[in-house]
Order: sequence, then C-alpha cells, then structure tokens
Amino acid sequence: MTRLLSVLIILLVGLVIASLVVGPAPIGPLTSLEALWSGDQTPLALVMREIRLPRALLAVMVGASLGLSGAAMQGYLRNPLAEPGLLGISGSAALGAVLAIQTGLAAGFPLGLPLAALAGALIGVLLITLLAGRQGGTLSLILAGIAISALASALVSLVLNLSPNPFATSEIVFWMMGSLADRSMEHVLLALPFVLLGAALLLTLGRPLDAITLGEDAAEAMGMRVRRVRWRLIIGSALVVGASTAVAGTIGFVGLVVPHLIRPWVGAMPGRLLVSSALGGAAMVLLADIGVRVILPASDLKLGVVTALIGAPLFLHLIYQTRRELA
Amino acid sequence: MVGQRLKRWLAGVVIPAVLVLAVPVLAAEDKPQRVVSMNLCTDQLAMLVAGSDQLISVSALAQDPANSAMAEQAQEYPANHGRAEEIHLLAPDQVIAGRFSAGATVSMLRRLDIPVAVFEPATSLDDVRGNLRRMGEVLGRPQRADALIEAFDRRLASLRAAGREGRSADTALYFPNGYTRGDGTLIGAIVQAAGLDNIAGELGVERGGHLPLEQLTLAQPERVITGSRGPGHSRAESVMRHPVLDAIAPAGVHRGLGNADWVCGIPQVLDAVERLASL
Repeated sequence: MTRLLSVLIILLVGLVIASLVVGPAPIGPLTSLEALWSGDQTPLALVMREIRLPRALLAVMVGASLGLSGAAMQGYLRNPLAEPGLLGISGSAALGAVLAIQTGLAAGFPLGLPLAALAGALIGVLLITLLAGRQGGTLSLILAGIAISALASALVSLVLNLSPNPFATSEIVFWMMGSLADRSMEHVLLALPFVLLGAALLLTLGRPLDAITLGEDAAEAMGMRVRRVRWRLIIGSALVVGASTAVAGTIGFVGLVVPHLIRPWVGAMPGRLLVSSALGGAAMVLLADIGVRVILPASDLKLGVVTALIGAPLFLHLIYQTRRELA
Repeated sequence: MVGQRLKRWLAGVVIPAVLVLAVPVLAAEDKPQRVVSMNLCTDQLAMLVAGSDQLISVSALAQDPANSAMAEQAQEYPANHGRAEEIHLLAPDQVIAGRFSAGATVSMLRRLDIPVAVFEPATSLDDVRGNLRRMGEVLGRPQRADALIEAFDRRLASLRAAGREGRSADTALYFPNGYTRGDGTLIGAIVQAAGLDNIAGELGVERGGHLPLEQLTLAQPERVITGSRGPGHSRAESVMRHPVLDAIAPAGVHRGLGNADWVCGIPQVLDAVERLASL
C-alpha cells in the first residue's frame, strides 16, 4: 500500500513537472522551471506563473476530484461502472455552470459559478441515488445515468443556443468535452475551497465503504450509520465534481478508469482505493492534458476527447465482463 | 425524378410568374428596381450606393447594432433572413449575396432565374474600393459609387497624413477563443492603416489563426486590441479578460473595437482606423 502510494506520488510529481515544461511556446525545460521560481516579471515568468502553473494545478485538482469521487461512488454503489461523468453528475454540474454564466450570475458574483455547478451536481447525485441507489442493479444505474446525461447535455445545448452571444453555441463542445486551456489562477482559487471540502468529506468514507462491501444491512449491524455515509458521499461528490466541472467542463471516464487500474493493487477494499484513486486521477488528467498539447498543439483539442479515447474501450470491456449480471 | 418534376413545375408556373412581376419594372428603366440584399456586408454597401426605393430588403443582421455600422438606417427596410422562400416572395429583380451566404439559397434563386450578384468579403482596404465600384455597377449607379470611393480615399489620405510618424508600435489582435488576425485580413489592414504593427505576421499568421496565450505573452506586444464584448455572456470571451493580458502590454489592452467596426469592407472602417490611430 505505501509502495503504491509512493509510486503514485513520484509519478504525479514527474507529470506536474512535465506539464509545466510542455506548451505551445518553445521554451527549454530548465529555463522555464527557473522562470517559475524567479521573482521578476519577465514575459517568461508570466507565462509560467499565470498560464502554465494554474493549468497544472487545475489538472491535479480536477483529476484528483474525479478519481476520488469515482472510487467512492463505486464503493458505495458496489458497482465498477459508477463514475461521475457516465452517471450524468458532471453533465448536470455543467448545466448549473452554464446557467450561472448565461444569466450573468457568474460575472457579477464569481463564487456563483462553482456554487451553481455544485447545485447542478447535487441534483445529479440525488437523482442517481434515488433512481438507482440502494438495491438498484447495474442496469438501472447505467440507464439512470444515460437519462440524466442526455437531459443535462440537451439542456446545456438549449441554454447556449438561446444565448444572444455569437460565441455561446461553440461553447457546447467545451461543456461536453472539457478543457484546461488558458485558465488563470482565479479559476484555481475559485475551485480550490470546494475541492478541499469535498475531498475531506469523501476521504472520511474509507472504513464505512469497506463495511458496506458486506451489504448495507451488515454495515448497519456493525454500527455504521449508512444514511449518514450516503449523505457524506452525495455532498462530497457534488462538491468535488461541481467545482471541477465549473472550471474545466465535463471530463469523462477518469473516475472509471483510475479505480479500475488501481484496484488490483489494493485488493477488494474500497476504503483503501480512495487516496490512491485521487492521486491516480490527478496523474491521468495531467497525462491527458500533456497529450492534448503534444498531439495537436495548434488546435485546442479537448481534454475529454483524450480521456474518452482511453476510457470508452475500458468501459466496453467492463460491460462485457458484467454482461451476465446485466442480462 | 422529383427534381425533374420540380424543374418542370418551376418552368411552368414559378418562372413565368416571376417574369410577369419583373418584366414591367425592368422595361421601365435599365437599372434594377427591386433589389434584395441578403448579407450583412452587401446590405451596408447597398444602402450606401442605392437610389431611393431601389433597395427593398436587407438582412436581419444589418439591423443588429452589434454587427452593423448602419443598424439605424437598416431599420427602415423590411428584414430578410436569407431564406429562398421569403426572398422569392419579395419578387426581386436583383439579389445581392456574399460569398459565404447560404449557398443553397443562392443556387435556388438562380434556378428561379433571379439574377444574383455574389460579392467577395473584403480582406483589404482596396477591396473596399472594389466592392463599392462593383455595387455601383450592379445597382446601375456608378457615379454614386465613384463619389463614395473618392470620399473614402480623401479621408484615408488625411488619416495617413495625420498618422503617427515613427511611432509605430507592436500590436497584437486577440479575439474570443484566442483568435488573432494577420495582415491579410480587413482588420489587419485597418491596424496597418492606423500606423500600428501587427505582431501576427512575425508569428506566422497571415490571415487568421489560433494564437496561444503563451505565445502572445512571449511576443511582448506593446498593446493588445481585443474585441468589445458581445451581447449576453460567453466563456469564449473570458480569455480576453485573462489577468496576464493586463500584465504584458505596457500600452494597455484596448477593448473598444466592436464587430460592427471591422467585419465589413465599407467606408466606415475608417472610423476604426481613426480610433486606433489615436491610441
């Protein structure tokens, strides 16, 4: 376990550094890292501090959020297919964010953006747990997720199409596929408190989630208050997913792929999956974000495209594995 | 099959109807009398050049002050939305469209034997002259067009004369979604005419292209010109408010240039030249 965590941390540090030295402007890796620490106001230092650093920090925050909430949801729902993107939670958070931007709430009151996304995410998680929670099987969970994602993305398109702004329609792609391009420190500071609070809530779920693997009744018998566990999961997931989506759009499949890859190393203990999935999620989003800058540096390739290319085949594989249960 | 039947129907019913409507007015005078423009830029050129009652409809975009420099004047005309049906119902004897106007509409109108003049979008100040001249020919008012061109040249010359001698400064154009434009575009020509140096050329952008914020920062422009915000709200425009923009440009970020100022090659682009020259 400690070995896994140290491997993940080393990987993460390496990827953060790689993310800082990769970019459309051709700057040598050492020069750029030096500029990050130097106090002066050269254009190079501005690029590092105002453009690349927030981008790397956001990748870590968003990735950790998605990995952590994916692991927690899979543990609570006892279902390897649970994931905020697939279940429509990111989508409903995006709807909240789009409404905040289009109504002008976000322009007048900056915290309005993450708060509205949080409200959207909360509605999404509540709907999922209502429709497919407790005794619901895999099929009803996935179907509920499809319905919520479809509804949320349709409403996002509707709101953006109704906007008088000529650029609004092209933003549908951002909200569906996500991107970290040209974000600033303001976005980091806007999302950080929500992510920290949500992550703190989700990380307390380690032991309860281990107990729930035996079934909710058994967990109750062991003295777990399952209802309280559920509320912590709902609010914690809504906080991290809402804040991440508000600044980076919908990035799918991270919460699906990462817990799946890490599970073999931690055994069947969902509690032990939490921290490692957060680290793994951060690494995956950093890697994908480096990917979009290396593969197609000129055009703004969306982050969600890369994560979906990695995640969708795995999703199909998981469906194939669980098809007996689905049938 | 259907196409053939449609063609026969058009030939038998619609075209004669159009001819019946169009022939008397054509006979009355040599120049078109019922002109419909369906493109923001040709709308404005036509409003400038046309004689009274010659122009019967402009596109709805021309009435939008965010995009049109002549929105007020355009209110006096019934608006069209570039759809073949509505334009056909107006019974025009001349339709004017832009190169990127709805291609299907243009080909449909041509099949209905309505003459359509297609204008290229202007990419230089010379194109402004060319389009004015062509509009004069299409509308049968070459003298009016020549007068407009002369006034345009006179004002351009006086702006150049009053221009910044040896004060040219590196300028970056930065638009929503991180777009920039180079010297091969109309706005690039406006910037040049105002005596500013557009850095897009150095960065290898001749027409238009994505300019990563990083490269913009490293290019160290003295001033950044971004578009003014459109109506409503959008994320695409938020990049124009990135804190790094205010940090890099010692001469500041100029946000006053609206779409109406530079989208179309009309004499009013000189207003934008004058404003940029006074920065």
